[in-house]
Amino acid sequence: MSTAASPQSSPRISKISEAVIRIAGNSQDGIQAIGGFLARLAGRSEQEVMTFMTIPSTISGGPSIFQVRIGSGEVLSAGDQADMLLAFYDHSYKAHLGSLKPGGIVIYDSDHLKAEDIPAENLGKYRHVGVAISSLTVEAIGGTGRDKGKNVFALGLLAKMFDLNVPKLTRLLTERFTGKDPKVAETALNAFNAGYNYQLATAPELFQFTPGENVGQSQVVMSGNEALAYGLIAAGVRFGAGYPITPWSDIMELLRRELPKYGGMFQQCEDEIASISMAIGASWGGRVAVTGSSGPGISLKTEALGWAVMAEMPLIVVDVQRGGPSTGMPTNIEQSDLNIACFGGHGDSPRVVIGPSSVEDCFYSAIEAVDIARKYSTPVVLLTDQGIATRIEAFKEPDLQRVVQDITPDLSPVADHKPYDLSAPDGITRHLAPGTRVASGKYPVVTGLEHDELGHPTGSPKLHVQMVAKRRNKLRKLAAELPKPTVFGPAEGQILLVSWGSSKGPVQEAVKLARAAGHAISSVHIKYVHPMPHGLEEIFAGFRHVFVVELNDEGFAGIGQMGGLLRSHIPDAKIRGITKTDGLTWKVKEIMDRALEMAR
Amino acid sequence: MTESAILSLVSQRGPNTSTAPVAPLLDADRKPLTKKEISADHPTWCPGCGDFAVLALYFKLIERRKMLHEKITTVAGIGCSSRFPYFVQAHGAHFIHGRALPFASGVSLSRPDLHVCVFGGDGDAFSIGGNHFTHTARKNIKLTYVVMDNSVYGLTKNQTSPTSPIGFKSKTDIWGSKDRPINPIKQAIAAGATFVARTSATNPNHVLAMMEAAMDHDGFSFIQCLSECVEFYPGAFDAAIPRKGGVFNEVSKEHDVTDEYAAYKLADTAWPGLFGVYYKTQRPTKNANEQAIINDLQGKAAGLEPWQILKKNFERMK
Ligand SMILES: Cc1ncc(C[n+]2csc(CCOP(=O)(O)OP(=O)(O)O)c2C)c(N)n1
Ligand code: SF4
Ligand SMILES: [Mg+2]
Repeated sequence: MSTAASPQSSPRISKISEAVIRIAGNSQDGIQAIGGFLARLAGRSEQEVMTFMTIPSTISGGPSIFQVRIGSGEVLSAGDQADMLLAFYDHSYKAHLGSLKPGGIVIYDSDHLKAEDIPAENLGKYRHVGVAISSLTVEAIGGTGRDKGKNVFALGLLAKMFDLNVPKLTRLLTERFTGKDPKVAETALNAFNAGYNYQLATAPELFQFTPGENVGQSQVVMSGNEALAYGLIAAGVRFGAGYPITPWSDIMELLRRELPKYGGMFQQCEDEIASISMAIGASWGGRVAVTGSSGPGISLKTEALGWAVMAEMPLIVVDVQRGGPSTGMPTNIEQSDLNIACFGGHGDSPRVVIGPSSVEDCFYSAIEAVDIARKYSTPVVLLTDQGIATRIEAFKEPDLQRVVQDITPDLSPVADHKPYDLSAPDGITRHLAPGTRVASGKYPVVTGLEHDELGHPTGSPKLHVQMVAKRRNKLRKLAAELPKPTVFGPAEGQILLVSWGSSKGPVQEAVKLARAAGHAISSVHIKYVHPMPHGLEEIFAGFRHVFVVELNDEGFAGIGQMGGLLRSHIPDAKIRGITKTDGLTWKVKEIMDRALEMAR
Repeated sequence: MTESAILSLVSQRGPNTSTAPVAPLLDADRKPLTKKEISADHPTWCPGCGDFAVLALYFKLIERRKMLHEKITTVAGIGCSSRFPYFVQAHGAHFIHGRALPFASGVSLSRPDLHVCVFGGDGDAFSIGGNHFTHTARKNIKLTYVVMDNSVYGLTKNQTSPTSPIGFKSKTDIWGSKDRPINPIKQAIAAGATFVARTSATNPNHVLAMMEAAMDHDGFSFIQCLSECVEFYPGAFDAAIPRKGGVFNEVSKEHDVTDEYAAYKLADTAWPGLFGVYYKTQRPTKNANEQAIINDLQGKAAGLEPWQILKKNFERMK
């Protein structure tokens, strides 16, 4: 918290431009809900916001956290250390005290953690505020559901601590809890008011945010999974199929709920193979469709994905990465699916892979993916990860009237058509959807066998050579058309950090931090993972070291998956990897320290 | 953060499509397709393979039904029988082994104007594709599925299939198969198929009658069509061929096709079993159920453009 003390009597009110608040408890306590309210409030207050959460993989709940970073200026990561910790239990206190900045404030539920049990050394290091959250909540709303409502009570406490906009929060609470029973909203407001009006006599300090910078900008607040799903709808996708798996399921649930409003549908299938097959069938039906999964489900899809490459069928495959291999770490973050996304499957099977870097980027990347899939008649993998999928950010409301597109298939008759025309000047396949009359009477077939220009199977070595080249070259053409990456920071220096996917924010923040400390460091972000845009070699030439920052293992070659991919394009030993596999998002300081250490 | 560069909208027609103007053709002016017009590649099947007859009868069906050329949609998985779409001069898809049904379901659900016909083998349907068979049947997705059952793996040259009888000798069961075969009719009924029929490629009129009945059925229509592999299982179905001394017994006219238990029992008739429609019932199709959801939700969003529907959602996320 960057604070500027204002000369007031106790408790003192400090002006701050940003704050990192960590809420720790059990998942059934509604931790995510408080975080969500805070994020949404920030969005409505023209502030930037980013969240981070952990979800236990067991359904019965378990320890869970939600971290919100609210800033009046740009927010690139969820924050390395918290300014404030709200701990519901003894175990949450113990597990998360270490994430608090020295001197930070911890509000704990004194019904669960006795003041006398707090070690003296902690009292010296952090500022403690005990509030009997559980019993005060029961007092405020009546003791029906045990533990119910204490999240909203705690939100009231935070509102007081940070001088949050109460009318806006009240409106958010009312919107959220207004349902069949008006009593529910009333109870929520009672809990909130009880928390807000609680005499925080022991609070060492109160805070006030400086006004947000995104003035006059209408913002929407959502998770990466939501943004991606809405992006697909905006792009014109009207059919999807999938099978449940964390953390991809949110996307399928949202599309299932929303697509019928647009005349479309989403199918829950018997498995991931059926779902990709169904999506491919619908794509052939004339309108690019979506399937997706996480972890093991992606492995199951690879055979059919290869068919889409061979048949040159547009398709969107969403891969929300989680820790692997096998069932791996279902609720942890990892970027270890890059190889399967780019190369998964047998044979030479070029396809497109795009890695969104933020919640907002999920929305626009989905639209781009659809456009690329259609223009180049190719499957496109949207490679996100558990972190980006579940975190909430505020971003400028898209100009929907402009971005929402209509991609209804054109079924008007044609004179003649060859899907795999080798003499077509752009070298790109376009399919006719079934139902399209071909006046010549020669109809195309789509197939996974090597084929001639009409799609009929061939064993001709010459045609295989030509068709393999055709499938590769159309994507080389795409590579040449992709926007060139730009350097964050000066174009020359000691160290260049390379990010992809969700590591963009923490990497850029690390660059800022290290530059402030006087280091000659910059970064470049690779959004279009496969094929890669041109221009990277020139950028790399400006630096002594190139470190690829990614959440996966360094492998046998001592470099991560993106590192390996880059080395295959630019065989330069100065490209090295900064990798890790602890299942947690990058800490800014961690990136900076490792980069400086490696460059020494 | 700013919006990323969005590529400009893409045209669906490119240089691989002849843009020469096409004269309109009224449905009334159309003549039924001839066999010549509807045949494509010469089939690659072995001479004498039962699959030829199934193809010829599909052509007959198209001819008799006066199907519009562009509406014929043929889908298959992998196997000798699954090469079917190459031989039909119409829109067709040759997908991967065992997954023709979900592919075809994607077409059927997204394109209600088409009737999709799926062809494939016993391995494709009941082994690698077994799971999809069950779920496509129970969801009652509107399409016709003809399994050309030769009780052997033909394309991979003579391995045991899920319908190979006990004692069948193949390259993978040189001592004779010991595994109880699948009874496709029972499998289909138990899975919830709403049209279940059995026929044999050696009886053309019967095949055609079953295909026509299947086409008329509003739902998942399944036909098990015995189709001999002369290469790896010659004589497999002689017991059902009268001119080879067998008997082609049809399901009796008295059988109540809506009686699930009676149909199931009938399916246990001793080899070579009975031919005809075993089971037929009317249940809402997946297609209709989905359309009902669409109608309901679209009714609520009446008069709104897609961007306005999305805008309403975004308003709630502020
Ligand atoms: C994933 C996969 N596994 C195995 C094969 C090899 N394969 C091709 S066809 C086939 C079995 C064919 O038997 P059936 O479905 O009964 O068709 P038939 O050739 O008898 O008509 C197999 C195992 C394949 N193509 N794909
Ligand atoms: S191997 Fe058998 S099934 Fe395949 S084409 Fe020859 S006869 Fe027909
Ligand atoms: Mg077979």
